[in-house]
Amino acid sequence: MNKKNIPMPNRTGYFGIFGGKFMPETTMKALEELETAYRKYKNDKDFTKELNYYLKDYVGRPTALYLAEQLSEAIKGPKIYLKREDLAHTGAHKINNTIGQAILAKRMGKKRIIAETGAGQHGVAVATACALLKLECHVYMGKEDIRRQRLNVLRMRLLGAEIIPVTSGSCTLKDATNEAIRDWVTNIRRTHYIIGSTIGPHPYPMIVRDFQCVIGKESRKQIIEKEGKLPDYLIACVGAGSNSIGMFYPFYNTDVKFIGVEAAGYGLKSGKHAASLVVGELGILHGAKSYLLQDKNGQIKNAHSIAPGLDYPGVGPEHAYYKKINRALYIAVTDKEALEGFDLLAKTEGILPALESAHAIAGLKKISKKFKKKDVVILCLSGRGDKDVDIVAEAFKLQ
Amino acid sequence: MNRLNATFKDLKEKKKKAFIAYITCGDPDLKTTSECLEVIANNGADIIELGVPFSDPLSDGPTIQAASQKALKNNVSLADIIKMVSKIRSKISIPLVLMTYYNPIFRYDIRRFILDAKKAGIDGVVIPDLPPEEASQLEMFARKAELATIYFITPTSSEHRKKIAISHSRGFIYYVSITGVTGKRTELPDSIKKDVKELKKMTSKPVCVGFGISTPAQAKKIASFADGIIVGSAIVEKIDKAKSKKDMLKALGGFIKQMVKAIS
Repeated sequence: MNKKNIPMPNRTGYFGIFGGKFMPETTMKALEELETAYRKYKNDKDFTKELNYYLKDYVGRPTALYLAEQLSEAIKGPKIYLKREDLAHTGAHKINNTIGQAILAKRMGKKRIIAETGAGQHGVAVATACALLKLECHVYMGKEDIRRQRLNVLRMRLLGAEIIPVTSGSCTLKDATNEAIRDWVTNIRRTHYIIGSTIGPHPYPMIVRDFQCVIGKESRKQIIEKEGKLPDYLIACVGAGSNSIGMFYPFYNTDVKFIGVEAAGYGLKSGKHAASLVVGELGILHGAKSYLLQDKNGQIKNAHSIAPGLDYPGVGPEHAYYKKINRALYIAVTDKEALEGFDLLAKTEGILPALESAHAIAGLKKISKKFKKKDVVILCLSGRGDKDVDIVAEAFKLQ
Repeated sequence: MNRLNATFKDLKEKKKKAFIAYITCGDPDLKTTSECLEVIANNGADIIELGVPFSDPLSDGPTIQAASQKALKNNVSLADIIKMVSKIRSKISIPLVLMTYYNPIFRYDIRRFILDAKKAGIDGVVIPDLPPEEASQLEMFARKAELATIYFITPTSSEHRKKIAISHSRGFIYYVSITGVTGKRTELPDSIKKDVKELKKMTSKPVCVGFGISTPAQAKKIASFADGIIVGSAIVEKIDKAKSKKDMLKALGGFIKQMVKAIS
């Protein structure tokens, strides 16, 4: 295990062999400007003060670290704590990043914001930050996702964002990302692109991780207060990877073990899944080199997951690096297992998790034999499940 | 000498500009593509850019996106395109340049791709999502095989980045006329002339302008200061819109002839 405190990514945006800047020339200057601005403001006193103010008084941080005794008992496993990102304003961890990037955009003099969204959680968080900070907001969303996540579409519209339906390719997150990049290429001089996860070209994976690290930093402090020691395991779902990296990274130089749970959809053998770390292969998509779902000719495959936020055929380069150096263990659970995880948390703790986070619950259950009774585990409950009630009700055949 | 260098040398001696035609390979199928290539070459184009379809074409507008999707429905791959080129190469003498996103090459294997492409008679590569900073491995093999690497300079490129693109480009430099994706534009920015002239002061390598050019008038205007013009979406549209193959090949030939005439 690599325990050296190496600054990641390196100067050219690489985590080991992963990452980089594979982008059209038109965007290269904007990426350089973004990196310069970010490095300037990252440690700027006023910037940090403003960000922390919003995180505390507006988002409602720190979010609780809750000991889920009944869940722990139900899976006869270790002592499980839930990091309650579902309690953050807008109902998921996504807001940690969007507030940060929106403040940064304002400092950079960019008044127009664009974003891609899959489940709509990132879109809602962007629309929220834009309403708060008076920025113009355009969100690209696949036609298929607009249909699946109607509640979030309405929320974004009510917040004053313009939703642009994407009808190219598979009409989901991957295509929304393509379309957002095309918009950025066209309107680059006055536009900031708020990427929603730890993907894309450098410096995005670094910026998004840094803004999401508030999850891990708070957890570290809270668990020491409650247990007097660091946890044994961290567990989180991995779509493109922002909540998990935000949780993992502040524990990078410790002995704490990391478990990332991907979406196995209808099963890894079905070919209909989103497990790019577990079964994907090295390639280049959306500006970075990482593991991808692709065919033998290098065409990107469509992902599938019941959780729209995991429905992406790639994964952040930092996760690819953690896998390569064995810093984290990655597993995958099916749609069915995720639904069982959803039900388990609802019934034992009275919490409806987002379907994405339900994958982490299911992952915990799946490998429960791995844990010792005295182990302490923190599970990142990345979002709340209100947006998913239609999907879950249909799956459970509820009236 | 690489066919590209020979072509530009010859054009310069004749005080002529290059007409570079782009088509998406496999739209609607590879057999039609090879017929189109002959028609384009026979009607006076100087260079052809062969577009390799990709599932996620970031730099392309709706016309080329749709053409790529159509080709992908037939599972047209980079390997198929290289094979097609080797079959048709004896019938076409002008330079052929592959335009592809990076992942299909990466997946094919960079070294093997360069060797196979060269062997098939391909003269250069344009890769929109591969800036020179990320291309060291590909360039190493390309230099050895004398396959040209063509890079982009755009209206947003800094002086520093222009220098990088110039020093890494072989064959020609691709100047992108607009900040945006491929596709027809009714208006092109006036700043192109100034930008291209400044670029030409920085290098003796040919500077060709692409993105947005679709009419003879636009072609003529830009060819007055650039070393060549690249037309893509307008050609792809001719291929996609015709009722029959016969009509299509006729319309395509007529359009190429008209554009070539406009810049001579």
